[in-house]
Amino acid sequence: MNANPAGWRPSMPDPGPCAEAGETVTGNRALMLEERLIFEIGDGETCGVDLPDPAADATNRLGGLARTSPIGLPGLSEPETVRHYTRLSRQNYAIDCGIFPLGSCTMKHNPRLNEKVARLPGFADLHPLQPETTVQGALAVIDELATWLLTLTGMPAVAMSPKAGAHGELCGILCIRAALEARGESREVILVPESAHGTNPATAAFAGFRVEAIPAGPDGRISLEALTGRLGPDVAGLMITNPNTCGLFERDIATICDALHDAGGYVYCDGANFNAIVGRVKPGELGVDAMHINLHKTFSTPHGGGGPGSGPVVLSEALAPFAPLPMVLRNEDGSYRLVEEESAGDDLPESFGRMSAFHGQMGMFTRALAYMLSHGADGLRQVSGDAVLNANYVLRQLEDVLEAPFAASGPCMHEALFGDGTLAKGVSTLDIAKALIDEGFHPMTMYFPLVVHGAMLVEPTECESKAGLDEFIAALHSIAERAAAGDLSLTQAPRYAPRKRLDEARAARSPVLTWQEPGQA
Amino acid sequence: MTRYFTQEHEWIEVEGSLATVGITDHAQSQLGDIVFVEVPAVGTELAKGKEAAVVESVKAASDVYSPVSGTVSEANNAIEEDPALVNSAAEGEGWFFKVELADPGELEDMMGEEEYRAFVADLG
Amino acid sequence: MRYLPLHDRDRSEMLAAIGAPSVDALFSDVPADALLTEPIAELPPHASELAVERHMQRLAGRNVSAGSVPFFLGAGAYRHHVPASVDHLIQRGEFLTAYTPYQPEIAQGTLQMLFEFQTQVARLFGCEVANASMYDGSTAAWEAVTMARRITKRNKTVIADGLHPHYVSSITTMARFTQDRIDYAPPALSPDCAIAELAARIDEETSCVLVQYPDILGRLPDLAALAEAAHEKGAMLVAVVTEPVALGAIASPGELGADIVVGEGQALGVGLQFGGPYLGLFACREKHLRQMPGRVCGETVDADGKRGFVLTLSTREQHIRREKATSNICTNSGLCALAFSIHMTLLGERGLRALAAENHRLACIAADRLAQVPGVSLLNESFFNEFCLVLDRNARQVVRELAAKDVLAGVSLGRLYPGDDALSRGLLVAVTETTTEEDIEALASALEEIVA
Repeated sequence: MNANPAGWRPSMPDPGPCAEAGETVTGNRALMLEERLIFEIGDGETCGVDLPDPAADATNRLGGLARTSPIGLPGLSEPETVRHYTRLSRQNYAIDCGIFPLGSCTMKHNPRLNEKVARLPGFADLHPLQPETTVQGALAVIDELATWLLTLTGMPAVAMSPKAGAHGELCGILCIRAALEARGESREVILVPESAHGTNPATAAFAGFRVEAIPAGPDGRISLEALTGRLGPDVAGLMITNPNTCGLFERDIATICDALHDAGGYVYCDGANFNAIVGRVKPGELGVDAMHINLHKTFSTPHGGGGPGSGPVVLSEALAPFAPLPMVLRNEDGSYRLVEEESAGDDLPESFGRMSAFHGQMGMFTRALAYMLSHGADGLRQVSGDAVLNANYVLRQLEDVLEAPFAASGPCMHEALFGDGTLAKGVSTLDIAKALIDEGFHPMTMYFPLVVHGAMLVEPTECESKAGLDEFIAALHSIAERAAAGDLSLTQAPRYAPRKRLDEARAARSPVLTWQEPGQA
Repeated sequence: MTRYFTQEHEWIEVEGSLATVGITDHAQSQLGDIVFVEVPAVGTELAKGKEAAVVESVKAASDVYSPVSGTVSEANNAIEEDPALVNSAAEGEGWFFKVELADPGELEDMMGEEEYRAFVADLG
Repeated sequence: MRYLPLHDRDRSEMLAAIGAPSVDALFSDVPADALLTEPIAELPPHASELAVERHMQRLAGRNVSAGSVPFFLGAGAYRHHVPASVDHLIQRGEFLTAYTPYQPEIAQGTLQMLFEFQTQVARLFGCEVANASMYDGSTAAWEAVTMARRITKRNKTVIADGLHPHYVSSITTMARFTQDRIDYAPPALSPDCAIAELAARIDEETSCVLVQYPDILGRLPDLAALAEAAHEKGAMLVAVVTEPVALGAIASPGELGADIVVGEGQALGVGLQFGGPYLGLFACREKHLRQMPGRVCGETVDADGKRGFVLTLSTREQHIRREKATSNICTNSGLCALAFSIHMTLLGERGLRALAAENHRLACIAADRLAQVPGVSLLNESFFNEFCLVLDRNARQVVRELAAKDVLAGVSLGRLYPGDDALSRGLLVAVTETTTEEDIEALASALEEIVA
């Protein structure tokens, strides 16, 4: 016979002594690929787009300002570009990879239908300053989304243009400023609970208010006594998050709103946690005056590695007249018009003005509308139900190994909050988070809210199956047990991520924010 | 030379009418790796209990309050250059500023060293 | 419902584990009179993917998309060709569905991209550092005003007449509440940027001068002279770039002396999208770094000494500084920054210069052709890819009439400066590589029919 001339002899290697796993020549580890910077692999001559080379003798009308110095931009061919960014992408965790239980961030599944409709040329290839007659469908999208938001929140008006949650907060707070000015009052203080998102005090200060903190009671809810004791003629308003950042519904919300109104102030509600109550509670019926809605949280538009967001703000009768420009209004004949500076005098004479160049995050509006239509009234109600169910399940499955400071305060809403009380000395919340990375999960929100030491805020969202949750819970349970037992190996995590812990002190002490040619740094 | 401490974790060492101010070792350990310090300019008028300097770690920013009123006579620019000095020698080379005391009476209600260490131990 | 993985069996098991009788019981903290017991009746029930797509297509069909007709709009939003690979790459789930990179060990992809983006922006603008992006150009311009105020400790801002009026409007809205003083008057229909007159308005109380480059009328102001005048008075020069492709052809604001350069990055990679989401660009000198708003990404090493990237200098930001933060901003425009950066990588130095040259070449052809139309004259002496025509009649009316003839002719100054009669005959026309010579001819002949 001719015995195997190619020499390929399938067999398992002998189970002999295994060489220590060493570094590879490339630094790659199979599917985990290292990737250099574009400045290290590209150059100024390479181009991934075919464009005519400029004529050498071309004259210009650049007024003597023609560029004479190089920019310093490297280019890559198309295949190199695709490979560069594909390799980079694989160093990221994402919702598409698994649970992303970041409390306060609502990382839910991003349906691809949303992406598809946002890319229809009739939406994506539309200039913001086209004549109104050529963009009636776009204005209809804005109006239809606005109607959904108003119906879900029980509010009479909505400003669609704010570009993110914090921008929406600013919009609401400026409406309050403008309303006070119209009343001829100059109230200076905005009250903010200690547990609030950092954007709340930052927004109020940015708008020229003085910020005062209101403490939480022992049950994790705002102290009604402390709040009412502080109300007075200098208080412009309260910024409250409901459900709050401890994961609890503020039971006294209606009383709180009444107290503010009686004292001549307004209530701003941070809508970051709307996912817990969508379809079940209309915040307008509780008495709030303004609330932003993060379309990228509750309504599934993608977070994109840090934006873009979108933060429409619903407004009460009291604040509606002061809403920012532009605004979409419906004409009697069913067509739509855009209220800008020109017609503001007729349609919105008390508007506080424009907050940004165009009409808001249209690309997010189409996505959010597709999501709402998909779920419908029944589906959205199921969304909040499942989100809250999942969070309570997490809370009850872990309260035996982790400190759950408000577990006795009743069911949580869509977030389960833990503290670091059960952790042994030498092990911290950070270590738990990093150990979760090694188990293949994105960590929960850490060290927020500030009112709980070493806080861990878990928001599973409605998009996790029970099996997926059980797997996450089992991993976190085991890590928590090790942390309680003082297993210091946790401080070495993560071991299996593309990078081990990064030296953040070094990055901050001598910041390197741009790439420099070697030798020029 | 006497060294006093405050509940806000500043130390103050007084020699005649000149006082040297810094943050305590406990304070630096609570902050973690310090990455940025801003000290007041010479000649700045400080009021007791008001913001005098800024100290930042990667994840926290804190104001340093002046434990006494007076005029800044010297600032430790070395810690602006090398913030890690505050971690390694908070109660020595990592001092923040020197101040000409306006009212030595302000020192009266401050803690001594032993009292402060006990205060910190009580914080857990 | 297709997006919800729990089954009723799961729900029952989980409720049993929790010890709750029903999902509704978990909402016991909500006041009973505010708790809805049924789906909201005014809203429709769930719908299939097919049904939703049909509905959205119907709405999209009621718009005239830019690519379907001869198209000449600019004024702060520009239609450029976006290579197919850009949109493919930004839709990779690991980019699209990731969060802000707060856990850097599993977010190096986003972080390295941001580091590359910051370097590209800094170089394009001729600055030393850039941030990881902001909401859009107009909000970035306002952030620059506040940054200049913090640095100079002065609160008067002089705005050049050529700044986009919507940017001016966004800034004056904010300034009303922060007591910043704004010195601004709209432009005249003149080819002259009147730098000397602008410089004369800078005084010892001025924190910064804001100037758009190229400006709203397409003119190219001499930033170097303005920088000198500003610096003489201890004020800062803030340049605003709404068409970044221009910087492939003209000198960068940084090299002409600008201290802060902000811009709208939409033109590269992002697309028109009816005005948003867009991409705020922000760059400055390194010595002002700690006063710069917004997220930044920095280089460092990991525990093994390998190079890696993290978000840094976060003590300037709201989640730590709270009411003392440099800005209340909480997001950047990450995915748009990615699109911008990929497009820029595909172009490279050579591509960006060629793209800019092609834009300028076509714009020159268009300007010459349109100026031949009786009743139409060209305002600009210099321009990049956008210029202002002066018509013999109300330009806004002309734009509407041309839209009815399926030509999107440009942006009338009447739309941007309503009520300003002196400007009502101005028409801004933008030309990019997507404009064909047939498009130019179509606009010229349509104008010929209406004007004169």
